[in-house]
Amino acid sequence: MLAALFFGFAALLVVTSLMVVLHKNPVTSALFLVLAFCSLAGIYLLLRAEFLGMVQIVVYAGAIMVLFLFVIMYLNLQHDVESGLQIAVRRGIGWFVGALLLLVGGALLKRGWALGPANEVLPDVEQGNVAAIGRSLYSRYLFPFEITSILLLVAMVGVIVIARGRTRHAGGRAGGAGGVGGGA
Amino acid sequence: MIPLSWLIALSAVVFVIGVVGVLVRRNALVIFMSIELMLNAANLAFVAFASHMRSLDGQVFVFFVMTVAAAEVAIGLAIIVHLFRLRETVFVDEIHLLKG
Repeated sequence: MLAALFFGFAALLVVTSLMVVLHKNPVTSALFLVLAFCSLAGIYLLLRAEFLGMVQIVVYAGAIMVLFLFVIMYLNLQHDVESGLQIAVRRGIGWFVGALLLLVGGALLKRGWALGPANEVLPDVEQGNVAAIGRSLYSRYLFPFEITSILLLVAMVGVIVIARGRTRHAGGRAGGAGGVGGGA
Repeated sequence: MIPLSWLIALSAVVFVIGVVGVLVRRNALVIFMSIELMLNAANLAFVAFASHMRSLDGQVFVFFVMTVAAAEVAIGLAIIVHLFRLRETVFVDEIHLLKG
């Protein structure tokens, strides 16, 4: 049962990520990426990482992909222009490098690496994954957790500064042009 | 219990798809999406090993990776929007000046 679910989610993940790369329309790519993130959340649930599965859906499929779709529609892109000999050559090189990378990874995986035995000490099952992660975040990883908040603040300020654009003319105020950065 | 090698193989496949996307596509937005795929493949490897070791540290690390990814996406999309205002394009072939 577990294996069947895993194969289902894995197949969905691989197919949708291929569609993200292959599809011509960026909006369709973004929607396939949402599907890929949801199937990855399913795999997290199979691995007993409930908190990460939920965060994956809320943060990735929710926030990040809405940002992507918003920007794609804001820019109002036409269809992808991808033709010509140069593009074809580079596309061939890209697929070749990808196949090579996959072969190297397969060879590494086949060499019988060993991680050592799995740790048999189960964490408390009753308290659940979310409580355990919360305890870990607020005790052992408290300092990185606080640093993360500073990182997000820096990103927010940086986005607003970048997206506001140049304020050389028009009295130093870019006005409504800063809306995209504010939404981030 | 899902074998660790299946999960690592799946993670490798998704990562390679992301690499191919970065190499093959010219649309900066799709390149960004491929980078997100690679980050997620790395996250999957983290969760797989954390589940194998029965430790929570890997999952906490994935949490941090997600925050960094969110910040990175916000800044990257702001740069793309700014670039589009300057150049009227998001195709990376047509962007070859360091100073706008």
